[in-house]
Amino acid sequence: MTDLTMAYGSFVIQHDLDFTVEQGEVFVIMGGSGCGKSTLLNHMVGLKAPARGNVVYDGESFWGASSEAQEGLRRRFGVSFQQGALWSSMTLAENVGLPLQTFTPLPARQIREIVSLKLALVGLAGYGEFYPSEISGGMLKRAGVARAMALDPDILFFDEPSAGLDPISSRRLDDLILELRDSLGATMVVVTHELASIFAIADNAVFLDAETRTMIACGPPKILRDECPNPTVRRFLRRGEGDTAAGGISA
Amino acid sequence: MNGSLAVVSDPTVAIRRQEPDGAVLEFAGAWQSQHGLPEPAGILGELRAAGVSHLAFDARQTTAWDSGLVTFVLRVLGEMAARGVAADRAGLPDGVRRLIAMAEAVPEQQTGRTGARPLWLARLGTSAITTAAAVTAGLAFLGESLLALGALVRRRARFRISDLLLVVQECGPRALGIVSLISFLIGLILAFVGAVQLQQFGASIFVANLVAIAMTREIGCIMTAIVMAGRTGAAFAAQLGTMNTNQEIDALSTMGISPMEFLVLPRMLALIAMMPLLTVYSDLVGILGGAVVGLGMLGLGHTEYFEQTRAAVHVSDFLIGITKSSVFGVVVALAGCLRGMQSGRSAAAVGLAATSAVVTSIVWLIVLDGIFAVILNVLGF
Repeated sequence: MTDLTMAYGSFVIQHDLDFTVEQGEVFVIMGGSGCGKSTLLNHMVGLKAPARGNVVYDGESFWGASSEAQEGLRRRFGVSFQQGALWSSMTLAENVGLPLQTFTPLPARQIREIVSLKLALVGLAGYGEFYPSEISGGMLKRAGVARAMALDPDILFFDEPSAGLDPISSRRLDDLILELRDSLGATMVVVTHELASIFAIADNAVFLDAETRTMIACGPPKILRDECPNPTVRRFLRRGEGDTAAGGISA
Repeated sequence: MNGSLAVVSDPTVAIRRQEPDGAVLEFAGAWQSQHGLPEPAGILGELRAAGVSHLAFDARQTTAWDSGLVTFVLRVLGEMAARGVAADRAGLPDGVRRLIAMAEAVPEQQTGRTGARPLWLARLGTSAITTAAAVTAGLAFLGESLLALGALVRRRARFRISDLLLVVQECGPRALGIVSLISFLIGLILAFVGAVQLQQFGASIFVANLVAIAMTREIGCIMTAIVMAGRTGAAFAAQLGTMNTNQEIDALSTMGISPMEFLVLPRMLALIAMMPLLTVYSDLVGILGGAVVGLGMLGLGHTEYFEQTRAAVHVSDFLIGITKSSVFGVVVALAGCLRGMQSGRSAAAVGLAATSAVVTSIVWLIVLDGIFAVILNVLGF
């Protein structure tokens, strides 16, 4: 990410964002509501072009690349959207199978097996023939994750994975993210403001501030909580409690 | 993914026998889905034929792997478990072992769903039940809308006048453009077709009668209704369907506000009010379209054409068109609102609701027009 500025028209949402996500790490984009976390994710996955700056993958800049090169890069991404964003006219199996049918030479039987594996990995084995409208919100989210990893992407993006989930489902999704990272070796970029998730999964994090409209901290969240010079970041990571009140909290 | 930068070589798998009755599956090459994968059937056949009692894996020669290798191994493991063969997973890459453990962590739910198509008799039964339910729902909706009208008469219906005016604007003035275009062209086409025939008998002037009577009694109201079904009926269905998806209709119900009164009633009233006006407008524009052919192509005089038209149509002809158009307005509004309220909660369902609203409207418009024709004939109009 180099000097990225995001704007809707003349309204600047965030400016001068400059950070690096290392391969194989879980990187969290955090910040208060409305600070532009999801917009930043949209810039990173190629849905929205930045007003200025660029997103660079392994030395290849996304927004400067040709459309073919962009397609190639997109093939390396998997995106899990906030509400799952499953195609409502297809069953879960068809949702997960579509990218495999489109981008791999595999026969139908092997695609079915990979689809079953992906659904099993997110704990949805046996739900392949269900339509998105027939399953719960938590299951939708997990099915969205299964579709995101259909093509075994190098980088998985998650937009608010735990929003709207009960604590146990949310914890399971966090564990899933970590387990997938460890077994697949993929890089995970997670947008969230859930503190429990942030501390549980993040290797590194960037904090976007709604007031100054730029990033004001970047690093491992536990260190930011205890040592970040910026009080806004410390307050955020301590659920709004002051330094004194949070004195008892240990890393 | 692991080894994504490695040199791509074809994925291979081979069996190495281990005395006395063991075997090792040796994987080599790049096991990546995008380059294609070997079919497990051949290897499984060989394993069955060999009659091994324990199996191990060796994946040291793989240069890269992804889910393709995991599904292959899962298939082999499943087959071996079914045959009571012990399998040692130690030779698999660590990531593969972890993914298999994850996949096995939650057992498959017996949901009773399979991708198989049900028998024809079952399908026939299902569609009969669905049709019966749809008819019941349609009748219930009709009843509820009558109750809402009753509430309106008793001045107890709850809806916002501003909503009503918005719908009136949407299905009245905003529809003038498309109604003008269609009516003008229909008048023109009617006159043109008539002129070709009537000219042969030297009766060109009767083009004025043809166009005026056809437009006022039949074409004006039916074309307007069809345009409104495609334009406004579909919009009602899509709007209410999306509101249903977003639980906006549930929100009204839980507050004790009847969605029938709040959403359906203003739409019905607006269309009942606007359809006759649009129909009269359509009649006049259609007659104008006919006049263009009469005056321009047939060389008839202005006064002559106007007098002929005036003599041909009576107030009753206009009234017939207006009466029919009011009924058609109710049909279009009801079909649009019914399909919207019944819509499922997904993007595909909203699309279906809009399509279904248009089809339902048009079918009922034509059926009712036929019934009107018979009744008017019996009454001698």
